[in-house]
Amino acid sequence: MAAATDKGSRERLLVVSVSPHIRSDVSVAKIMWTVNISLLPALVMGFYFFGPKAIGVVALCIVSSVFFEKIVGKAMGKPGTIADGSAFLTGLLLGMNLPASLWSVHPFLLHVPILGSLFAIVITKLLFGGLGYNIFNPALMGRAFLLVSWPRAMTTWLAPTAALVGLDAKTTATPLGVLKEEGMGKLMEVFGTKGSLYMHLLIGERAGSIGEVSALALLIGGLYLLYKKYITWHVPITFLATVGILTWIFGGKNAAGQLALFAGDPVLHILSGGLILGAFFMATDYVTGPQIRAAQVLFGIGCGLLTTIIRLIGGFPEGVMFSILLMNCFAPLMDRMVKSKPFGFKEARA
Amino acid sequence: MFAGGVHPPDKKELSSSKQVTPLKAPARAVVLLRQHIGAPAKASVSIGDEVKIGTVIGTPEGFVSAPVHSPVSGKVIAVGEFDTAMGRPGEAVVIENDGKEEWIELSETASFMELTPEQIKEKIKAAGIVGMGGATFPTAVKLSPPKEKTVDVVIINGAECEPYLTADHRLMVEKPDEIVSGLRLIMRALGVKKGFVGIEENKPDAIEKMKEAARPFPEVEVISMEVKYPQGAEKMLIKAVTGREVPPRALPMDVGAVVQNVGTTYAVYEAVRYGKPLVERVVTVTGEGIREPKNLMVRVGTLVTDLVNACGGFSVEAAKVISGGPMMGFALGHLNVPVTKGTSGILVLPEEGLFHADDFKPCIRCSRCVDVCPMGLNPGYLSVLAEKGHFEDAKSNNLFDCFECGSCAFVCPSKRPIVQLVRLAKSMVKP
Repeated sequence: MAAATDKGSRERLLVVSVSPHIRSDVSVAKIMWTVNISLLPALVMGFYFFGPKAIGVVALCIVSSVFFEKIVGKAMGKPGTIADGSAFLTGLLLGMNLPASLWSVHPFLLHVPILGSLFAIVITKLLFGGLGYNIFNPALMGRAFLLVSWPRAMTTWLAPTAALVGLDAKTTATPLGVLKEEGMGKLMEVFGTKGSLYMHLLIGERAGSIGEVSALALLIGGLYLLYKKYITWHVPITFLATVGILTWIFGGKNAAGQLALFAGDPVLHILSGGLILGAFFMATDYVTGPQIRAAQVLFGIGCGLLTTIIRLIGGFPEGVMFSILLMNCFAPLMDRMVKSKPFGFKEARA
Repeated sequence: MFAGGVHPPDKKELSSSKQVTPLKAPARAVVLLRQHIGAPAKASVSIGDEVKIGTVIGTPEGFVSAPVHSPVSGKVIAVGEFDTAMGRPGEAVVIENDGKEEWIELSETASFMELTPEQIKEKIKAAGIVGMGGATFPTAVKLSPPKEKTVDVVIINGAECEPYLTADHRLMVEKPDEIVSGLRLIMRALGVKKGFVGIEENKPDAIEKMKEAARPFPEVEVISMEVKYPQGAEKMLIKAVTGREVPPRALPMDVGAVVQNVGTTYAVYEAVRYGKPLVERVVTVTGEGIREPKNLMVRVGTLVTDLVNACGGFSVEAAKVISGGPMMGFALGHLNVPVTKGTSGILVLPEEGLFHADDFKPCIRCSRCVDVCPMGLNPGYLSVLAEKGHFEDAKSNNLFDCFECGSCAFVCPSKRPIVQLVRLAKSMVKP
């Protein structure tokens, strides 16, 4: 039979591998860059309201994140991960979670975004094994690290002036900050009507982190990801719904400042702070959330519960970051808890 | 409808309108003695023996086994090891074709529908019929359920959910009456009153022909199914057609169902009516790398290289040649391997657009594999456990429920070789 292979020996060898022999065209890079793009509308709104300072902060985060991924990744023997877009995304998300006020040389704060990127990329991601192995959301860990290290700078919010060349940028409090410290009455004083308040929150004309201010722009990006099936409803919707329901029940106060049930403002709570950014773009992070859909529902509810507790009872006006990070710890446990059932599974198996 | 599944581009248009044409019998037939699951047949001829088409050349060993017949008339010139499509060598009988095309004496049973279940099973067994969808389980064994199992439905698997393949499709279009008769014979053999033919709706001509053929028989129902891979997997097909779920580790007969492939059903008809042993089958030769895709009626024992030549050879340099479909088929190392009773297709893929499995990334836990797994497993997690050597953990995560359909690897954005890792884990622990 050897004679029959004479022709074969001149030709290139055939590729032999285990099935399946065809693959879909989805890739890690395609997913990550799509998420980057879906954040664009919100980013543009942040740049519009906070000006060049915002651009500076975000650019600093992206450049330093990619830089750290490159050199530390190389040192750890994991080169070539820049193109997958995940380090870019971490930098982008970190930047969008910071106040534009960090772009400042008096006092000098430019090292803050860089150190945040270092903590996010090196400590949170690479030291845990790189993409796929990190326990916590890198961007949120970077932000948490900065919040506890530079608490004042991290809570100094620029007013949304929409001035391209900011002269003396004014600082102000975020809507959630006002709500926490001075109550609903003060918030109404500032924004006039509820309608005006919601409109400001939707468009993004309010103090806050660069990328969190425009709820509408974030929803456009989030819906795009849902449409592309890069995320599913399980986490974002349960997260938002839990916050909405709980703040409606427990978020209201009567004239005497005491708890009044079913008098809260769920719309205000859903549209403000970093909730929409967190629910659609951070809590949905594949690596740090559960894999099983039923566990994702629990995860979303847990995030919403913790966010509400921090907002209404805790010391911080905003709790999205801490709630997602805390729930990250439970993601593997939740997967195990609701372990998917094999096809045809009826009763307990030995 | 079963949960999960994927929709790979089906590429059926390359060969779906090509009528089945007979391929000239090979000058030398290489007939493997293991063409079925179970014990290989034992060679019953030796070098120099004269054989005719249909002469038994291998006798079954044990209950789960099947006889093997000569696909040509001529002389036995070798008995020994030969390369197979599965990679490892297997024992084969090589017969030199004398070109006379002489058959053994066949006797037609005119009233074949009146045969007793035992007679039907006897004829199927003697004909060496095995599951022709690729699993190659001896059909006579499948039709002999233990007494305590009650089978009440027979399903003919016309899903042909693997992309590219059109062998079953063409058979249904060209031999619908024979297939319906085959189904009724199988129903008779099992004492079953209800038979289904499940066909995916991307084969409207097959659905129409089969419905027409089934019209006189109210006990036979043709069902049009949504297109979804792996609908042709037994458990998925049973769920789609009857709504019944076969429990983990159980067999279709545990929920009262027996599934047969289209080609097998046709072979049953030929065996029971004409006494014809299984010596040929329809093979789809297709892919972007073949000059002229065809559906060929091929003698078992023909070498793949002859099939390729009969289709005009490679159109561009072939990078991968697959026995079977692109989702579950076996990549061939070379073309000098014989067609067996389970060879449903030969797929030739060119370098352009070919996926190379040598580079993969870590699992990013995106849940895509969890969503598509028809068995409700977490394939990505299994692959990580296997990669890290935690084989026992993989086992306790239902490793052995995986039937390696490849849906998970198909959708994996990290391009992980999930099926390969699952096979590794399966080989490292006892079920």
